[in-house]
Amino acid sequence: MLSTFVGGGRALERGEIFLLMNGAQAVLESLRRENVEVIFGYPGGAVLDLYDALYKAKYPHILTRHEQGAVHGADGYARATGKVGVCFATSGPGATNLITGIATANMDSIPMVCFTGQVGNPYIGKDSFQEADIVGITTPITKHNYLVKKVQELPRVIKEAFFIASTGRPGPVVIDIAKDVFTAELDYEYPEKVYLPGYSGDFTGDEAQVSAVVEALGKAKRPLFFIGGGVNLSNQTELFRQIVDHTHIPVVSSLMGLGCVPSTQDGFLGMVGMHGSYAANMAVQECDLLIGVGVRFDDRVIGKVAAFAPKAKVVHFDVDRAEINKNVVADYPVVGDLRWSMPVFAHLLQSSGENYTARFNIWRNYVIEMNDQYPFAYQKHSEYIMPQELIETVSQLVDDNTIVVTDVGQHQMWAAQFFNSRKPRQFLTSGGLGTMGYGLPAALGAKLGQPDKKVVLFTGDGSIMMNCQEMSTAADNDIDVKIVLLHNRVLGMVTQWQRMFYGKRYSQTLLGGKTDFVKLAEAMGMKACRISKPEELLPGLRAALAADGPMLIDVMLPANEDVLPMVAPGACISDMVLGGEKE
Amino acid sequence: MKKYILAVLVDNKPGVLTHVSGLISRRAFNIESISAGYTEERDVTRINIEVSVEDNRELEQVVSQLGKLIDVIKIVNLGEVDSIVRELVLLKVKAQKETLSDIRNIVDIFRGKIVDVSPENVVIELTGSRSKIDAICEMLAEFQIIEIARTGAIALSRGPIPVKNM
Repeated sequence: MLSTFVGGGRALERGEIFLLMNGAQAVLESLRRENVEVIFGYPGGAVLDLYDALYKAKYPHILTRHEQGAVHGADGYARATGKVGVCFATSGPGATNLITGIATANMDSIPMVCFTGQVGNPYIGKDSFQEADIVGITTPITKHNYLVKKVQELPRVIKEAFFIASTGRPGPVVIDIAKDVFTAELDYEYPEKVYLPGYSGDFTGDEAQVSAVVEALGKAKRPLFFIGGGVNLSNQTELFRQIVDHTHIPVVSSLMGLGCVPSTQDGFLGMVGMHGSYAANMAVQECDLLIGVGVRFDDRVIGKVAAFAPKAKVVHFDVDRAEINKNVVADYPVVGDLRWSMPVFAHLLQSSGENYTARFNIWRNYVIEMNDQYPFAYQKHSEYIMPQELIETVSQLVDDNTIVVTDVGQHQMWAAQFFNSRKPRQFLTSGGLGTMGYGLPAALGAKLGQPDKKVVLFTGDGSIMMNCQEMSTAADNDIDVKIVLLHNRVLGMVTQWQRMFYGKRYSQTLLGGKTDFVKLAEAMGMKACRISKPEELLPGLRAALAADGPMLIDVMLPANEDVLPMVAPGACISDMVLGGEKE
Repeated sequence: MKKYILAVLVDNKPGVLTHVSGLISRRAFNIESISAGYTEERDVTRINIEVSVEDNRELEQVVSQLGKLIDVIKIVNLGEVDSIVRELVLLKVKAQKETLSDIRNIVDIFRGKIVDVSPENVVIELTGSRSKIDAICEMLAEFQIIEIARTGAIALSRGPIPVKNM
């Protein structure tokens, strides 16, 4: 898209090897060379020179209304496209406002490069105005970070940052740049390669480990795939689906793995864990070979470690060596990028000559029957719209290419249970960190990355208020996102726990309900409508989802619904409180 | 709990100690001591970490998590190979004319050195294993130890092969 040179420095004659420009121009030129399509950001004192260069270069940039919006925007963009998300913020409070978003991306392994301004070199360490130690603060929540104090280092650092963010297990990288670096001049040359003695970027593993898995599969009677975000992140969905078709091994998924296998496919048992399906959790407890692929065996999935998958040998495919044996001991670890291990695995399965489908048929039919008998279910009500019904209706109305983004709480779990995720990179949610306020800015980022896809945000009246200012961003930039607000006047997930474990003492979880979200959206320049009655649901949603431009759909729901099934925290995952009956 | 000394070779860049110490605290690893210094290679710093772990699985976690840091080039567990472990201690001990010869005897037995003397105290330098240093501290306690500075353990493997080639 940006084919011409954006630096605008002096002596820009073609054919010259070195280009004289300042640090700000060098940042933008490097971004152009990394094919960055759009920057999410918010200006301020320490980045004035960067924004001046951006103005002159006309580099595409979305001004959010809070730095947290910028960082989640870059995250949503990265999840929807697979490219590296980029955001800018100023020093001090601008940079600290990124923290939640950086931690969110770090927990879910999202490739991102965040540029923050730092006070000028002479002012560093003097408690200067708007100074904060961002390298210190972001060290535990980044894959890597840099403080750039010399302009000559900029091109190398940016090249390394994009390489580190996007290879192996992806993650966020922060580049903190002293203010005077932006105005200092350099002979610009963008390195073609990175040289990092401690990080090769090569995550090819040992084929013998994959052979051991195939051998174990030869002895297994009840194998089960457990897939996670790694399958999404490594773009291995197609190949993984072929492996499933070839072997007929049933599949359960973590929250982050949703979309890798269509929810409607036979043998897909849905999400596993605290709010997982009955069949998914029981299959884990019954299987004799649990094949984890790109998962990190999070505590929300495994519950009580000692009672997790008690009959199974565990296979663990992961790019990150440190994930092996971290939470669950792996009998057959396969360390390496899924882009390497999945093709090897598929090939070895093909050449084994085994008739897997016949071997696993009884087991597969058993779990499918269990899933048919105990699906995610709820009771409809004549006077109220049920939240699950709302999600199901949206799921039926939208096409296969729709991206769903969620915030965090009950609505997130209902979306995971009742929305039919059909394709990878189309179910975007803050899984690891569970960040309320993630949804709206991430939805904007997703739409900017995938302008041809419809983007629907499921949010709650708790979550939306954590970044509701971004409705202005949506309106002013005409970013077509449909906000479906599950409005129940409570902080639902917390009330559910208070109902179950704290004697219904609803401490600070009841919202007054006086906020008019239709008016709020309209005040920010968006269209909005309200749906209150069950009979309005289908026509109301159909009209709103088909409308042009950003729109908020305020759906009134009862306050006391629980997300079920549920496993109490730390309990065995087969110890489930079940939900409503199948109708 | 078992103790191991890890030799961690890192890129000699600003921020690297923040990254290593930040990781240790974030993952709640138990560290007995940590020390850092230049090496035979200009760009490489060696960090010596003495970790204390419950079992092999925890040790594996420490090594794997440290290995993920971009600036970490190599980690070798010197507890697993035949190696020489040393720690340096400087001790400031109260000393009068009457006690000086007793102190000197103890220092000689431990093959330490008195490196500074004043009318009221001596400063003793000693290298050795942790248990040897603990032992001299115990012996000198009756004379009153005013101050202790210890480096923490460092280690080298025996034989010609350096850690970077292991």
